[in-house]
Amino acid sequence: MAIKRDFPVFSERPGLVYLDSAASSQKPSVVLEALDDFYRRHYANVHRGIYQLSEEATRAYEGARAQVAAFFGAGAADLVFTRNATEAINLVGRTWGDLLEPGDQILVTVMEHHSNLIPWQQLAGRKGASIVWADIDDQGRLDLEGIARLLEAGGVRLVAVTQMSNVLGTVNPISWIAEQAHRAGALLLVDGAQSAAHLPLNLASLGADFFAFSGHKLGGPSGIGGLIARPGLLEEMPPFLGGGEMIREVWLDRATFADPPQRFEAGTPAIAEAVALARAVTYLDTLGIAELWKAERQLTERLLDGLDALGLPCFGPRGEDRAGVASFNLPGIHAHDLASFLDLRGIAVRAGHHCAQPLMRRLGQAATARASLFAYSDAADVDALLSALAEAKAFFA
Amino acid sequence: MSLLENLYREIVLDHYRHPRHYGPLEGAERFPGQNPSCGDHLVLYLDRQGDGPLRLAFEAEGCAISQASASLMADLLTGTSADRAAELARAFIATLHGGSVPEELGDLAAFSTLAQLPARIPCALLPWTTLLSALSPDRPAADPAAP
Repeated sequence: MAIKRDFPVFSERPGLVYLDSAASSQKPSVVLEALDDFYRRHYANVHRGIYQLSEEATRAYEGARAQVAAFFGAGAADLVFTRNATEAINLVGRTWGDLLEPGDQILVTVMEHHSNLIPWQQLAGRKGASIVWADIDDQGRLDLEGIARLLEAGGVRLVAVTQMSNVLGTVNPISWIAEQAHRAGALLLVDGAQSAAHLPLNLASLGADFFAFSGHKLGGPSGIGGLIARPGLLEEMPPFLGGGEMIREVWLDRATFADPPQRFEAGTPAIAEAVALARAVTYLDTLGIAELWKAERQLTERLLDGLDALGLPCFGPRGEDRAGVASFNLPGIHAHDLASFLDLRGIAVRAGHHCAQPLMRRLGQAATARASLFAYSDAADVDALLSALAEAKAFFA
Repeated sequence: MSLLENLYREIVLDHYRHPRHYGPLEGAERFPGQNPSCGDHLVLYLDRQGDGPLRLAFEAEGCAISQASASLMADLLTGTSADRAAELARAFIATLHGGSVPEELGDLAAFSTLAQLPARIPCALLPWTTLLSALSPDRPAADPAAP
């Protein structure tokens, strides 16, 4: 309850039970104030002006880069701001990916979000590379032997895997995968769109070569996210989009390019959003990510126990490697009908394929309803959902 | 109980669980339709019998609203002319966007309550937009694999 007070939407809309944080999180007032303050007092374009205001804006933007990078245990020079995790992954596909050769393999898993799948299909199409994929077991955990086997075959250049499934809630053993990938001479890209808002992270020790995240799932604004690369890796990569900011010197027929991270940030960036994202991560730091994860684990158990007690089929593993995401169905009724029923009671859940159609096919489901948690979620939210589901069960019986 | 819950209880759940005109229709053309945003699929079977009264059937995978809408549509339009069917389809679509609700729509009139639930309108629309494109003179060639 205490944390909810920091998020204005819950006082503006009393009775809202918001259980769709895996899609996007609500915003704490400190983030809204940071946006407002920046636009009121410090706004100008960055990396251009000689004047004081532009100096201030540049300092705030680059300061935000350092704070956000530090939150993930990385250095500022290794963080490229993007619109979101999707753009970060596409950036890798369109730059580092240019170095692939025909016949190279990209290893993905059946639990990937479309954003960590389509860019690789596109890359494979352009370069004559191919996609190989790892399965999950019946609990919704990755088939690690399968991954090891695919890597041993020797053709894999990149492993692209989510750290936390947006459907199953599975937390994947990234350090182990990193070790296997590197031993096989492949790089590892981690889709951190879900995990960044939940897990205590230290990229220096995680072993990922690339880490993609979205700000809007962390309590930050939409339109800002980032790509963090292993130190030195960005240096080797050609530019992404062309334009202002990313150049060193330009002639009519050719150009040289800026050092990273500017090399990958063409055009005026999302300046205020970057500043507000930095405020969001310092807010999460104040709450304590490790504390939040502990609380989320407890609340997840309450939710999963409740779904079990109602006899609803629910996907994903039970245990310490399970985040606060629960995909479930009410037998005999489609997830959209269930979500509408819950909506009438002020309960917001996602329903559909969750941008993970291959996984839905693997689970044999056309759609599921999904409840997901964030820092502000509490027992009252979970209990409201469970009691509405009990009602739904009777209604649709 | 809300209007939407009433809609489910009185009409939708019955047609969802016991759809009318369900399954392939011999001699009919086959028109697939889908809602990419939610993954609902539908196959409309349409036999125009030359210019005679229409015969309709459908198969679908999707939510109760879309299935009930298809079941009621097939019920209402079987035996009507193509022109009349198109007219009723346009009238039904108008009710979902807050237009007046003509009596001739029968049980489908109750779907007008979806005007307050815009996220579900595409579900109810799917069978009707599939039908209108099947009836349209510049429609793409039907799937030849009719049963």
